[in-house]
Amino acid sequence: MMRPTLKALATAGLLTGAIAIGTAHAFTLEEFTFEDPAKTHEFRDLVGKLRCLVCQNESLAGSQASVAQDLRKEVYRMMREGKSRQEVVDFLVERYGDFVLYDPPIKPSTYVLWFGPFLFVGFGAFLLLRTLQRKKEEPEQDLSETEQERLRQLLAKPGNQQD
Amino acid sequence: MTTSASRALIPLGIFLALAALLFYGLGQNPREIPSPLVDKPAPDFALASLKAPDRTLTKDLLRGKVSLVNVWASWCPSCRQEHAELMRIARENDVQIIGLNWKDNRPEALQMLQRFGDPYSEIIYDPDNKTGIDWGVYGAPETFVVDGDGIIRHKRIGPIDQQVWESEIRPIIERYSAKKS
Repeated sequence: MMRPTLKALATAGLLTGAIAIGTAHAFTLEEFTFEDPAKTHEFRDLVGKLRCLVCQNESLAGSQASVAQDLRKEVYRMMREGKSRQEVVDFLVERYGDFVLYDPPIKPSTYVLWFGPFLFVGFGAFLLLRTLQRKKEEPEQDLSETEQERLRQLLAKPGNQQD
Repeated sequence: MTTSASRALIPLGIFLALAALLFYGLGQNPREIPSPLVDKPAPDFALASLKAPDRTLTKDLLRGKVSLVNVWASWCPSCRQEHAELMRIARENDVQIIGLNWKDNRPEALQMLQRFGDPYSEIIYDPDNKTGIDWGVYGAPETFVVDGDGIIRHKRIGPIDQQVWESEIRPIIERYSAKKS
């Protein structure tokens, strides 16, 4: 009875150990601090707005990819040297392309991306307005003589009165 | 009657166009991010050689003939997969293959070459991702085609196999080799 429990305990211990080792290697932003808290804040804001190229749905701030760590170090180094935010962004775009930006610039190759949705909305609005216009132009058909008569009869019926 | 019938086909047409667009999108590889460096001069570098640590390699390596600059590492399975193809290319073609040993360590990198052969005429040793960042490398393997004037002409992301070599890389090498002579 004792043995399986021990075994389970040992396995659990090993697993926890493995997890501990795993997290020990995790990259955090803790190592990137400046004397000026405002700069630290700006660094975190900037790496949060840059995209990791390896795991494409993560920002440079959150990614555990080793390339992301290299780039965080590079951004940190540049900011320590006193480079401006724009200089850091230009440095990365020059090498990796607009892809590193979560907020792509407006230029001919991104016109569809930026203005496409407005085109769709405009086209939809045009169709909607036109359909509504058509509806208005076609007047509803009047009832014929016999139908009018039947309607009057129905309305006149005492049983149909609402109370 | 005919107008209303053809009008009824409009939504179907829009649907088919959208379906075709989305289907095309399925065939695209989102990992292949176009490099802004294509048709620009290759970034400078000055790093130690992997094979001879006391020698410094610079961009002068790339002048005079078309080169393949292949980013690789011993920890990268796809690099091992493409290694045999690089060996074949080096054997059968007159193209210089420069290695960029990326985020690796010297003993393991040399060991891999010892086991699987060495297709590279020179290897730039970049353990700290210095030149890698300048070249916009974000994974291995990646391969750049650099012409004789040191201009990057193409970037291949992912391993090279025979089909990629024949249809994608070789034509570019031939185009820029011909221009030189």
